[in-house]
Amino acid sequence: MKELFPIKQVMGFVFSLILTAVALLVYFLDMSFTAGITILLLTAFVQAGLQLVVFMHAGETEDKGAIYSNVYFGILVALVTIFGTLLIFLWDM
Amino acid sequence: MDFFNRFAIPHPSFLIYASMVAIGLTGIAVILGITYFKKWGYLWREWLTTVDHKRIGIMYLISALLMLFRGGVDAIMLRAQLAIPDNKFLESQHYNEVFTTHGVVMILFMAMPFIMFFFNFVVPLQIGARDVAFPRLNAISFWLFFMGAMLFNISFVIGGSPDAGWTSYFPLAGNDFSTSVGSNYYMIAIQIAGIGTLMTGINFITTIFKMRAPGMKLMQMPMFTWSALISNLIIVFAFPVLTVLLAMGTMDRLFDTKFFTIGDGGSDMLWANLFWVWGHPEVYILILPAFGLFSEIISTFARRNLYGYKSMVASMVVISAFSFFVWAHHFFTMGQGALANSFFSITTMAIAVPTGVKIFNWLFTLWKGKIEFTTPMLYAMHFLPLFTLGGVTGVMLAMSAADYQYHNTMFLVAHFHNVIIPGVVYAMLAGLTYYWPKMFGFMLNERIGKWTVWLMSTGFILAFIPMYITGLDGQARRMYTYSEATGFAPLNMVAFIGAGIMAISFALLVYNIYYSVRYSPRNIGNDPWNARTLEWATHTPVPEYNFAVMPQVKSTEAFWDAKKHGHEIFKGKIEKIHMPNSSGLPFIMSCIFFVFGFSMIFSIWPLAIISLLGILGCLVYRSFEKDHGHYIPVEEIEDTETKLRGAK
Repeated sequence: MKELFPIKQVMGFVFSLILTAVALLVYFLDMSFTAGITILLLTAFVQAGLQLVVFMHAGETEDKGAIYSNVYFGILVALVTIFGTLLIFLWDM
Repeated sequence: MDFFNRFAIPHPSFLIYASMVAIGLTGIAVILGITYFKKWGYLWREWLTTVDHKRIGIMYLISALLMLFRGGVDAIMLRAQLAIPDNKFLESQHYNEVFTTHGVVMILFMAMPFIMFFFNFVVPLQIGARDVAFPRLNAISFWLFFMGAMLFNISFVIGGSPDAGWTSYFPLAGNDFSTSVGSNYYMIAIQIAGIGTLMTGINFITTIFKMRAPGMKLMQMPMFTWSALISNLIIVFAFPVLTVLLAMGTMDRLFDTKFFTIGDGGSDMLWANLFWVWGHPEVYILILPAFGLFSEIISTFARRNLYGYKSMVASMVVISAFSFFVWAHHFFTMGQGALANSFFSITTMAIAVPTGVKIFNWLFTLWKGKIEFTTPMLYAMHFLPLFTLGGVTGVMLAMSAADYQYHNTMFLVAHFHNVIIPGVVYAMLAGLTYYWPKMFGFMLNERIGKWTVWLMSTGFILAFIPMYITGLDGQARRMYTYSEATGFAPLNMVAFIGAGIMAISFALLVYNIYYSVRYSPRNIGNDPWNARTLEWATHTPVPEYNFAVMPQVKSTEAFWDAKKHGHEIFKGKIEKIHMPNSSGLPFIMSCIFFVFGFSMIFSIWPLAIISLLGILGCLVYRSFEKDHGHYIPVEEIEDTETKLRGAK
């Protein structure tokens, strides 16, 4: 019975609910903009990672390598785009 | 009557009215022709509903050649206007519309479908697959592209062309400065075609990862397939930016949002920024498959395996990553400081390194090869020096300080044509000549083909080298005329003559197709070029199922090994083959997309909502549709195989 129980998925579900609750705190508690946006960004990315690994089964097939390299490459491109844009528009304009 | 006023063209001219008549007459002629020869059923069964990657590829090819003609006519008009000073041939507004159309058509509706043609036709054959991973999705990709292209192409006769340049920078492209529906066409037509391209990207990555022939490891894929993989990866990461960008632009124009406005918290510069976040990877999406084709062609006709396979792959991977790090070099003069410009300057120059690696690899492949100057090879030999010249001027432009001098001049125009024409266009035409026998069972005439190449290069050099000089002298791009006192006149006349020679070269290509259809011998076998990769191991014409028996692969050049070293590609016996069913849904849904796009462009909301519901209806229908494909029985395969071997 124990082998059949999807413990990983249940725990993942609980954890994603907690992340949602933490994100909601930003609305209900009175905190500074920086603190709020930090919490939102953190919970959002952890949530996305969780969904990808636990519920979309990213690491469970033999394509694991290809899937994760794609994800990492995507993150790299996104970060370069964001920080490059910040460099152009804010830090060095 | 008020309702119909919106479809009138804001800046009419004789040329546009003449085009209207020509489009009308051609349309009637095509419809009458198909009816007269009773081909509607054939057209529907064999082409409009097909999911076969080879036929979809051929439809991409036809669209690309038509668009090459359209973009080419635009180019001739531009050069004719600039040929003499103070020319009155095109007014400034008309000139703006023509260069905008020329840019969009050539990049998005000529070069893109041309590489899609090669992806579709070549990749499944090269990796020994029977179709792409998602054949139905592939058909949707094509029809969305096609409808997007057609939507863009009717703009100049219904409602007015876009006129803000192919980059469509805000605030010029905003409602304040572009009052006609032209820029709506830009936003929405490219959006529809772009969705199709994004799907192609996903489709081909999956195909290449999951559907390779037994034994073919990643590092044993032919070089064109590698370039296709990398190019599609860039598509998947770059095109979402375009989708978002165009959606924001559409909202600015149709719903008065303020993303790219000057006031109200908008930033017009954000358009330029995001446009090039997509736009720079886009040029690598175009050039990498071109590199792949040249790798195949050079190795085939130097009769050697490709030098430095691993470094070829590595350089493409590096290029794919770096293509995302350089976008700001398109707007060094926008106002950011020296630090930002230096960063993007250095990353841009760094890209020249992996590109240089590829050039040297091709040279080393030629070294001690038994070179055979066929038409595709001749294109490759013209590509190497001309493209290198374009690359070197690219490095000049990459120096941000010097770029303040070159920016927005004809020097830049000369540079990007110098990489795109010898790079992409030569590769496309070389590949077309190379794969023509595989598609249609006869070769294009070699003598006319070589004339085409030489004329193309002569025309190219005459047309674009003068622009480097006038650009350095200060001739700005996108200026519709200039005075005699500037002294630009003689070189612009030379450029016009060059453009004319390129037009003759294109005409010669068309004549070559006609000539070869009539006179070219049909008994050329499956492997007329003595080539090295799997696509030449199957029959010509390629049967629906590509390979009767799945090929076995042990090296990068399975077919060459089979010919020279007794490697057995087709082991095992024929079994029944599972193939996807044809479907009319992709075509129908894309037609509804066309109506949706059209009604959005003219803000006809009821029709937009109805067609959107129609699109959703198609999606729902597809979700509940049961389509398990069909099997081709063994007897039928054996019959086809016997027939294709020539034993009737």
